[in-house]
Amino acid sequence: MIISIASGKGGTGKTTVAVNLALTLSESEDIQLLDCDVEEPNAHLFLRPEIKESYPVTIPVPVIDEEKCDHCGKCSQFCEFNALAVLESGVMVFEELCHGCGGCGIVCPKNAITERNREIGQIEKGFAKNYADKNLAFALGRLNIGEAMASPLIRKVKEEIDRGKTAILDVPPGTSCPVIESIYGSDCCLLVTEPTPFGLYDLKLAVGLLKKLGIPFGIVINRSTGEKDGDRDVEEYCRKEKAPVLMKIPYDRQIAELYSKGVPFIEEMLGWKKEFLNLLARVREIVE
Amino acid sequence: MKQLTIISGKGGTGKTTIAVSFASLAKQKVLADCDVDAPDMHLILKPRIIKSEEFRGSKRAVKNDDLCTDCGRCEAECRYGAIKDLRIDPIKCEGCGVCVQVCPTHAISLRENISGCAFISETRYGPMAHARLNIAEEASGKLVSVVRENAKQLAEKHKKSLIIIDGPPGIGCPVIASLTGVDLALIVTEPTLSGIHDLKRIYGVAKHFRIRSLVCINKHDLNEENTGKIEDYCRESGIEVVGKILFDQDVTRAMIAARPFVEFSQGNAASEIERVWRRIEKIFL
Repeated sequence: MIISIASGKGGTGKTTVAVNLALTLSESEDIQLLDCDVEEPNAHLFLRPEIKESYPVTIPVPVIDEEKCDHCGKCSQFCEFNALAVLESGVMVFEELCHGCGGCGIVCPKNAITERNREIGQIEKGFAKNYADKNLAFALGRLNIGEAMASPLIRKVKEEIDRGKTAILDVPPGTSCPVIESIYGSDCCLLVTEPTPFGLYDLKLAVGLLKKLGIPFGIVINRSTGEKDGDRDVEEYCRKEKAPVLMKIPYDRQIAELYSKGVPFIEEMLGWKKEFLNLLARVREIVE
Repeated sequence: MKQLTIISGKGGTGKTTIAVSFASLAKQKVLADCDVDAPDMHLILKPRIIKSEEFRGSKRAVKNDDLCTDCGRCEAECRYGAIKDLRIDPIKCEGCGVCVQVCPTHAISLRENISGCAFISETRYGPMAHARLNIAEEASGKLVSVVRENAKQLAEKHKKSLIIIDGPPGIGCPVIASLTGVDLALIVTEPTLSGIHDLKRIYGVAKHFRIRSLVCINKHDLNEENTGKIEDYCRESGIEVVGKILFDQDVTRAMIAARPFVEFSQGNAASEIERVWRRIEKIFL
């Protein structure tokens, strides 16, 4: 089973839910946590995994053989991403715009285009220990500074999914390409929101996305201030949309302080394990 | 004309709260919401849309099954795994056109998508450029560039000397599109391990594009030790810390009241944001 944790708005508590859920579940089953937020991966700050293996992720970019090239311009006409410009003096390749589709090589009538691999980031893999001393498999992607394209790296992180385990995916914020790349193929997506107008607005965008992709989902309200107070609007919306609220994490100074120190709060607030086990049970109901 | 982008790396550190406060404090400005993925500025600024323009940012391959001979070349050449059992998955399709090129019977074509809408609006704080990305659409970086261009035109037309840009979280394509060519980046961080980690990466991006950065620490009282670490890091890296804002629950109340925080509250946090603005004004304008 693949469970992804997404949000729309940033900073609502995706990583908190992903890490605490993974740690709780890893006491009783094989769990894998994959950090798909390759622009700003944070889960490792809480899990402190031992990294056993890391490797670069590359995308193929064109290399022009100027001896063979007759500057016909077919490659730049073909490229949908404006990654090539053919000038009289030669061909310019804007590597950071290249999506690595290979089309320029196919259209070149002179066979003047080959490819080289350009690094865009790295994957790190390893294990985190929970305090029952059981292993939790871990992988993250880390986009290199200055790189624009997160999606190819996210695709690679997802190739690390071990179908024999329950995989928990920490997803980047937002609603566009990197989010779609991350959540596509999940059995269930948990949307973490906060009971504020920004949180609610961005939740609506995320719900729209999940409905369009046909992924079953449930809502986690973080920094909950209670039904009568701030939660009312979110809960009303969820009722109307038939989006089940699966869990509420209260607004709590202790949780915020533990977060700031990189401590998963279930390690200090043991009672919450039961809540995360319940959360998984509710997820299973949704998937079935 | 000067451009200021408010960014953070990590989401939820307070970019929009600070950006709309600046909207209230600054004179002679145009506002731009470049978080087109999850735009929130309009919830406070309540723009009145004057002009909206369809945005066609991406293309998708479409196959005419009557012409298809099931040869499978498209599937073999697609590097995105977007064609399976001769069916095109529009979610995985990058719109590169390789399948169109290799199809021997011309059964596949690229179709332009309406991926969203770019808006030019009026607010009580001045002109605003913003956008909406349609559900499950891509190319948010390109849409950010459209918003930036609209903001520039607004500034020229209305003779405004400043563009205040609310940026998206992360460090990838839409962030780069929000940052390139601006005069100053204000990085909003928070004293958490995630906040510090993400600050370093976004500062790396700003430096990579040679953009001057300032740092503002939001909710600094949440963890004073980490606040100290951020200050040390900034000192070592030669970045000025222009403000330290106390955690304040009125931030949410101001949001609910749909008012800029600095107008809603007279507390310490609000006056610190005002002080940050004065400092930026002095450095920059």
